[in-house]
This record gives sequence, C-alpha cells and structure tokens, in this order.
Amino acid sequence: MVIKVQFGIFTVGDVTTDPTTGRTPTEHERVKAMVAIALKAEEVGLDVFATGEHHNPPFVPSSPTTMLGYIAARTERLILSTSTTLITTNDPVKIAEDFAMLQHLADGRVDLMMGRGNTGPVYPWFGQDIRNGIPLAIENYALLHRLWREDVVDWEGRFRTPLQGFTSTPRPLDGVPPFVWHGSIRSPEIAEQAAYYGDGFFANNIFWPKEHYQRLIGLYRQRYAHYGHGAPEQAIVGLGGQVFMRKNSQDAIREFRPYFDVAPVYGHGPSLEEFMRETPLTVGSPEQVVERTLKFREYFGDYQRQLFLVDHAGLPLKTVLEQIDMLGEEVVPVLRKEFAIGRPANVPDAPTHSSLLAARTAEPAPAEA
Amino acid sequence: MTNVRLVAVSAGLGKPSATRLLADRLVTAARERLERQGEEVEVRVIELRDLASDIANNLVTGFPGARLREAVEAVTGADALIAVTPVFTASYSGLFKSFFDVIEPDALTGKPVLVAATGGTARHSLVLDHAMRPLFGYLRALVVPTGVYAAAEDWGGAGDGLTATLPDRITRAAGELAAFTAAARQARPAGPAQTPAGDGAKEKEEAEVVPFEQLLASLRPGRG
Repeated sequence: MVIKVQFGIFTVGDVTTDPTTGRTPTEHERVKAMVAIALKAEEVGLDVFATGEHHNPPFVPSSPTTMLGYIAARTERLILSTSTTLITTNDPVKIAEDFAMLQHLADGRVDLMMGRGNTGPVYPWFGQDIRNGIPLAIENYALLHRLWREDVVDWEGRFRTPLQGFTSTPRPLDGVPPFVWHGSIRSPEIAEQAAYYGDGFFANNIFWPKEHYQRLIGLYRQRYAHYGHGAPEQAIVGLGGQVFMRKNSQDAIREFRPYFDVAPVYGHGPSLEEFMRETPLTVGSPEQVVERTLKFREYFGDYQRQLFLVDHAGLPLKTVLEQIDMLGEEVVPVLRKEFAIGRPANVPDAPTHSSLLAARTAEPAPAEA
Repeated sequence: MTNVRLVAVSAGLGKPSATRLLADRLVTAARERLERQGEEVEVRVIELRDLASDIANNLVTGFPGARLREAVEAVTGADALIAVTPVFTASYSGLFKSFFDVIEPDALTGKPVLVAATGGTARHSLVLDHAMRPLFGYLRALVVPTGVYAAAEDWGGAGDGLTATLPDRITRAAGELAAFTAAARQARPAGPAQTPAGDGAKEKEEAEVVPFEQLLASLRPGRG
C-alpha cells in the first residue's frame, strides 16, 4: 500500500509523576505502557511508532532495538523507528548491526532517526566529549553509511578504533539499508548532512516557533537539490507535533493544564495559552488538531512524515490510548484525505522498505562514493 | 548620510527608575555625538522589566517568545549598544544577566557597548569593571573605556571638584561610543546593510552553512 504521508507517535519514554494523582509509574509499567502505545498505534491504523533513546533517569528507553524487536513480533504493518538514535555516543558499528538485525526480524518495517543528544553527561559516560557533538555525528554516520552499503569496509577515523576487512552482519534486508532521518532542533550542519546523503530531515518543531523551522527546512530542501537528489520540493521532510484532545476543546484544556503546568520540559514557564500560540502544541478538539496540522503543510511544504507526542508529563496510559484512538479515528483519516488534495505528482511518497527496494530495482547498480 | 541603530537596554525596575533615567541621558548624549558625525540615528530603548516573564520563560523552554525575540533581534542588530543595570547584591541584576544569557554568545561580537550602572552609593561603582566588563568581554563586544556609574548623590550636587561630574562622564562615554561606532562601521566590509530578522536572517543562515565535503574533510585522520 502506498502511503503519501506517514502518521505516527513518537515517545520520549519519561517516567513522570501524574500531577493529578501523585502516582508515579514504575519503570516496568512505563516500559509496558510504551509497548501498549505502539500496539494501539497499529490497531487504529497509524503508520509509525518511534522511541527515544536515553541513558539517564527519569527515562526508560536505553535499548531501542530490544523494545522495537519485541513490538515487531506483535505487529503486522507498523513501521518501527527512533526519535532519536544517538549517533554521537553509540558505536556506529553496533548501530549498523542492531538495526540490520531488527530490519530482518521486522521484514523491513524499520527506519531510524539520527540525533546527537543534548544531555551533557551522556557523552563522558560513553567516553566522548559534547564539544565534539557535530564532528561525532558526521564521522560516525559516514561510517554507518558505508557499513550498510559496502560488504567489506576498511576504515580509519578520529573517534573509533580503525577497521580492517570488517563486514557488518547481517547485511541489510534485500541489500536495502534502513531509511535514515536526521533529526535536528537547531543545527544547520545536520540539515546539510541530511541533504548531502539524500536522507530524510526530521524537524522536531515542538518547542520553537515555526519561523526557525521554516529556515532550517528551507535550507535542507535547497541543499538537497544542490546535491542533485531532486528538486527542493522532493526532499523528504518529517515534522513533530504535540496534541491533547477531547471532544469539547474546553474539556481538553481543563484536563491537560495540570500536566502542562508541571511538565518536565517546559513546565513552570509560559502559560498553556502562550505555549499554544508560540509552538505547534494543540490542546482542543480533534477538528482543531486537524486544522492546526494542515497549516504545517502551508508553512513547510508537502511532507512525508508527521509524528505526534501524546504520552509524556505523567499522563495515564488510559488517557494516552484514548488520544491515539482519536488520532486514528478522527484526525489522521481527515489529514490523509486533505494532504492528498493538491499534492504535486513529483512530491515523493513517504519512503518504506518496499519503495526503496523498488527504486533500487528500477535503477540498477548505483555508483557508491 | 547613514543610519545608526542605537539601542539601550535598561534593567531598572522602578517606574520611574534611576536606571532608565541614566539610560535616557546616555542615549541623548550619544545621539548628539553621532549626529554631529553626520549620522542619522534611530533610537530604541528596551525596558527589561516589560520582558521579565518572557525572559524567565525563555530560560525554561529554551526559546524566546515573539516579544522577546523582537527585542533580542533589536539588540543583536544594533550598531551601538548602551547597557544599564542597577546594582543588586554587589553585581548587575539577575534580570540583566538573564537577558544576556538568552542571547547567542557570538551575537554581540565586535559590537560597540557602553556599560553603565546605578546604585545607592558610590561604593559599588567598581561593578562596571568587576562585573560588566568581564560579561561583555566574554561576549567579545567592544566596551568603551569610560563606564558610567551614577550613585544617588550624583543626581544632585556638583561633585567634589576633584572627580568628573556625572554630566562630564556621560559626555565622555557618549563621545567614545560614537567614535567606536564609526570605527566599527568602517571596519565592516562594504555590502548591503544587515537586517536583523526575516529574509536577512535567512540569507545569513544559508550563507553560513559549511559545505558537507568540508565538514567531512576536516575529520580525516591526520587533520587537527
């Protein structure tokens, strides 16, 4: 099935006290809740589940491919992804191996998003230095890119033990590496990197005003064309979003406000109203979420992937599952229809294993730099 | 005739405030000197009091709201900056520091800055040299040699005859700021005037992108 725009959930995996009850879930409950959220996403017809990667409390998802492998076994069509995989502090060799293994187990339903990570101590915990964040992202990805495309790799760089005659196994499924998104909140270097490789660019726009992301995405599209991958409007763009819905928008605001006010990332700061004005956060009815999300296309051009954050700040699992139900029943079907209207024929559909395989078959033996 | 954007940042909390009063005096003196140099001067005074919650919100969320963003862009786009704070607990006020904390560390590089402060007594006057100069030194701004400190007693009386009076210090500092501004504008390469926001910022970002081959090449073994 061809899907023009993929819709899904991305989760940070925070363990946060529910401010309305004072109850804190255990790590075990949170891990299982993340799985339940993924299964619900498939059940209601969403396309993607993406998990974050963290190595410090209060976050639980330190081992994304373990979790995604488990979810793969319990789903049929959901694409399993990350938001993000730390390209700075993980060994690129292990990323190549882990995600290729996952790709085989999931029959190709796998892609991943590269990110640098912004938690200072994680770098030294993994033997790195945060001041090398960009160089690490560039060098490690250059190696990962080769490991998935060349059977035997000789390699030497600044940050890792050299490799002589190394073969990363298993080889990618059907010889097609998992599609890679590069996630960025603010760095033009990462937009440049995504453009260079012709990879996807995911702008996690949930905190900042849209103007900032218009510039970043504009830069990515322009550089994507510069590197000869296609026209600017053919670049592969993903966006974040953050929603809380109830049938009646006043109920949504009343219910979400206590979670918003003390939320780990932006709590104790701007009011809910200010934050909704300045960022894509939408708290209201499903119709309002549709209306707001349709604006993204106006701001950033036709795009390929829309992920929503729905499960943070201590919201109980039951509430989160209701949110996903509403996304699947009332929001995404309308967005699919609306996004298809007037979408230029040259704008590519969201990449999947089968579309990448088909593209490769159509153009045999691409030269590898 | 050229156009100089002169921006003053006042961290005074009272209304009226002595800090704002000093900022206005400095602005008037600097405008006069710049106009005498043949410049057309555009003045903007930013009261941090009006942005207090926006600044706190930026610290919490990591991004500026629309009102604060506009003020930050005015400061980073200025040709000359006058920064005035009251002395709180032996230093600049927390609000003053927080405002400069949310500005990118390289955004004031090479900018002519006049530092000034107000306090109850003259005993705090070294705040200019022990707190404000290091702050703007870190930001690589061009701080003019004369800083202006106004104690409560400076607003009346004619001084002791041995030190320069407040009006003298204001005039000297304003003259230095005008000279620095002219020098900084001359040093800047010719080209279209920088605009602080909108398309200008977009062009700036695109112009600043380092081509990927270059990023990769700098990592080859044996380099740096």
